Amino acid sequence: MKKVINRVLEKYPAKTFKNRKAHIVVKTEEEPNPVIQANVRTIPGIITSRGCCYAGCKGVVMGPIKDMLHITHGPIGCAYYTWGTRRNKAKLEKGGQNFIEYTFSTDMQDRDIVFGGTKKLALAIKEAVEIFHPKAIGIYATCPVGLIGDDINAVAAEATALYGIDVMAFNCEGYKGVSQSAGHHIANNVVFSDIIGKGTNKEHKKYAVNILGEYNIGGDAWEMDRILTKIGYNVVATLSGDANLDSIQNAHTADVNVVQCHRSINYIAEMMETKYGIPWIKGNFIGVTSTIETLRDLAKCFDDPYIYERTETVIAEELSEIEGEVAYYKEKLEGKKAMLYVGGSRADHYQRLLADFGIETIVAGFEFAHRDDYEGREVIPSIKLDADSKNIPQLTVQKDEEKYRVTMTPERYEALKSEGVPLAYYGGMVKTLNENAIMVDDLNHHEIDELIKSLNPDMFLSGIKEKYSVQKMGVLSKQLHSYDYTGPYAGFRGALIFARGLEAGIYTPAWKYVTPPWKTEPMLEGKVVGGEE
Amino acid sequence: MLDATPKNIVERKALKINPAKTCQPIGAMYAALGIHNCLPHSHGSQGCCAFHRMQLTRMFKEPIMASTSSFTEGASVFGGGANFKTAVKNIFTLYNPDIIAVHTTCLSETIGDDIPTYISTSEVPEGKVIIHANTPSYVGSHVTGFSNMVKGMVNYLPKNSGEKNGKINIIPGFVGPADMKEIKRLLGIMDIPFIMYPDTNGVLDAPMTGKFEMYPKGGTKVADIIDSGNSEFTFAIGKTASEDGATVLEKKCKIPFKTLYTPIGVEATDEFLVELTKETGKEVPEEIENERGQLVDLMLDSYQYFHGKKVAIFGDPDVVISLTRFVLELGMIPKYVITGTPGETFETEIKSLLEKAGVEGTAKAASDLFELQQWIKNDGVDLLIGNTHGKFIARAEDIPFVRFGFLTMDRFGFYYNPVVGYEGGKRLVENISNVLLDRIERDCTDEDFELVR
Repeated sequence: MKKVINRVLEKYPAKTFKNRKAHIVVKTEEEPNPVIQANVRTIPGIITSRGCCYAGCKGVVMGPIKDMLHITHGPIGCAYYTWGTRRNKAKLEKGGQNFIEYTFSTDMQDRDIVFGGTKKLALAIKEAVEIFHPKAIGIYATCPVGLIGDDINAVAAEATALYGIDVMAFNCEGYKGVSQSAGHHIANNVVFSDIIGKGTNKEHKKYAVNILGEYNIGGDAWEMDRILTKIGYNVVATLSGDANLDSIQNAHTADVNVVQCHRSINYIAEMMETKYGIPWIKGNFIGVTSTIETLRDLAKCFDDPYIYERTETVIAEELSEIEGEVAYYKEKLEGKKAMLYVGGSRADHYQRLLADFGIETIVAGFEFAHRDDYEGREVIPSIKLDADSKNIPQLTVQKDEEKYRVTMTPERYEALKSEGVPLAYYGGMVKTLNENAIMVDDLNHHEIDELIKSLNPDMFLSGIKEKYSVQKMGVLSKQLHSYDYTGPYAGFRGALIFARGLEAGIYTPAWKYVTPPWKTEPMLEGKVVGGEE
Repeated sequence: MLDATPKNIVERKALKINPAKTCQPIGAMYAALGIHNCLPHSHGSQGCCAFHRMQLTRMFKEPIMASTSSFTEGASVFGGGANFKTAVKNIFTLYNPDIIAVHTTCLSETIGDDIPTYISTSEVPEGKVIIHANTPSYVGSHVTGFSNMVKGMVNYLPKNSGEKNGKINIIPGFVGPADMKEIKRLLGIMDIPFIMYPDTNGVLDAPMTGKFEMYPKGGTKVADIIDSGNSEFTFAIGKTASEDGATVLEKKCKIPFKTLYTPIGVEATDEFLVELTKETGKEVPEEIENERGQLVDLMLDSYQYFHGKKVAIFGDPDVVISLTRFVLELGMIPKYVITGTPGETFETEIKSLLEKAGVEGTAKAASDLFELQQWIKNDGVDLLIGNTHGKFIARAEDIPFVRFGFLTMDRFGFYYNPVVGYEGGKRLVENISNVLLDRIERDCTDEDFELVR
């Protein structure tokens, strides 16, 4: 594998070589937890898949909140590209509002850039309030907004006072940080400070959980809800798939937080633990084995005979429903090799789902993860913040004396931890990664090309920007951001939908027509038409 | 579906809702992909490049290769020069294009990055070239970005060597690869030597071969764009997307030009061919005349389903103007015609078409889909034509819907078929009549369910 990596790197100019070398490592027997470089700047000119801070804030974390009206303050493109493209599904609830099918922008023009855009923004908010009467409004800054110095926080404060609804400003200019990740953090800060805890629900539901970092792509959150509700849990809030504002405002009433996407939401999980006393576990509902593991971990957090019993009953029921088909697809997929390049947590989640069907992951990479997502949270103290990360505000959080609840005794907490329940812990991608597999950060087009040529995988699971170059190489390529417009992939049923899609992709007859017969068979049996006898 | 859209219309001055346009850089990237062996480069935050590549991929289901200067906060403060130079070095070493086509973004424009200076101080290998276009996202739309990149090509490449090449130049406008292919086919049949750029045919509709080509076979060769400075004449197809490029070329290389309507439908295609004939002396051959005859035949076979039907159209100015002409030729009434792209000509053009045809309708530039839906709520139409985003309105208001234009992201093979020329006209008649007939047959009673149409 080291040889493969050397081949990948050899074409790079010296500086680029030095940089990229630190982002590609191999897990070996001697080095089971290699140090990887992550969450640093992408080198200009490299065809990267990374997006921007705005995409992480408005596109990923905030956009799915369906009854908030999200106004992008900037030229039209940013609002346009985050309009319906991410598949964060949402249903209109009775008496509620759903703006998921809309995108709102101040459509800044050159005069706004020259003279400032705050007046237009204030007017846009006024128009939005008059037309839609939303419960809350989010304002999202794009690149030029920060540069020209538009004070969106002041506009938001003014509008809040004027209209009596929450108007929140997100300083998520695209150039901040080094990827979408900065945007997640900025969104986390505002959601934590301005939304969570504002709810007036005094009633405390039994077995109450929040799912954090689940965006309901292809309906994943609904499948998780179905399973958890069947067991007897009450899902208070999902952050932020198909979420309504009210549920998030009351998120502090839950007993446990389950973190699905560690990268995009771990800030809120940590801060809620400090402020409200809610413990969090890293869960994963992608894959059959992982789903079962997560359900059992969660049951332990409640330590209640009813929940233990219901958990096992539901697991048994769900398994019996899918086991026939799982066996069928396992037979079809076993032994295949996969390369994964996706997200900040997904590549880890999906290597587990692939393993359920006997597929071996030989390369796994994240697009915008930090070192802890690769190596585990134990490395956090040793991560040095660089200038790009220091620019993202870190909130100082204190215990909320009124709302703080002890849902788990410290003794129980420690006991569970020592049992291996991932309380406030994520082991990162590397723990599950196969030995001899490559772990790579911010994989780029050149590296994908070289790795596929060297390793000849059966499938490459990634995003839309990579999909078609890989497919052109004759390798099955599926999207793990948008699920190729299907899903859900979460939970027991989702695993089957995923496997069905892979099976169709591998066995579709179209692959065998890629090379025309005249390229491989002798064709000169007949006479040459028009030629001389 | 779109449940929050009220019937009551309130005037908006600041809030754009569900736009019928996007920003300049994606149009520039699309145009740059129409040069052979070219890597488009986005000088700004990496999010712009990611967004544009994703959106173009969603439409064409093809790899969209483009690089970015990956600005961070530091570059935004100190300028993007260092990022630019590093990018150029990496691009030529790793991806080896013949040409890098740089476009700016709202970020690099706002901080005033001087691209020509950056280019002149970058290391460009022998025989390679970098061109650029200024594409601030806060001016115009994606169509403006396309036009600016065409202008960028003209600014940097064509040279008048003093010796004519006997060819005509075609700037095809912001149309799809199949449309560009169709224009080339028509010129080929007429035996007219030409240079056309940009040309995304063979790039964004490249075949499956089992091999990934970073630069597919299609696209206009740099040498041909250089040689376009020696051509006899230039046809700019589509005023908004192509006229600026032709104007600069005229100034730079003394090549006269004429702006034509995008050849959609009978009249605009007739004009296109007549102008070609006038300029080159080449006659319209029987093969093309037969295609025209088939289109007219089709129109006469099916007119009863079109006549008097009210249509709402949205999309990009050049193609929407021509499509509006075509629906009028079909006997339909273009009741609402909008574009998101700002500019006064659009409204003037549409209004004059409506006036000439003696029908009433509304035309508006810098409009959005929210406004269009509100109009439809107040006074309905029989048909909606526009890009993929229109399907939400079609579902909400229960209107037959035909996909047309940029960006159509939800149908396979869409990008393989032209809308220009008589062949494109035939396809449009088929598509429009199919959805109208499907609607009749969905809604009618059993006894009215006809075997033959």
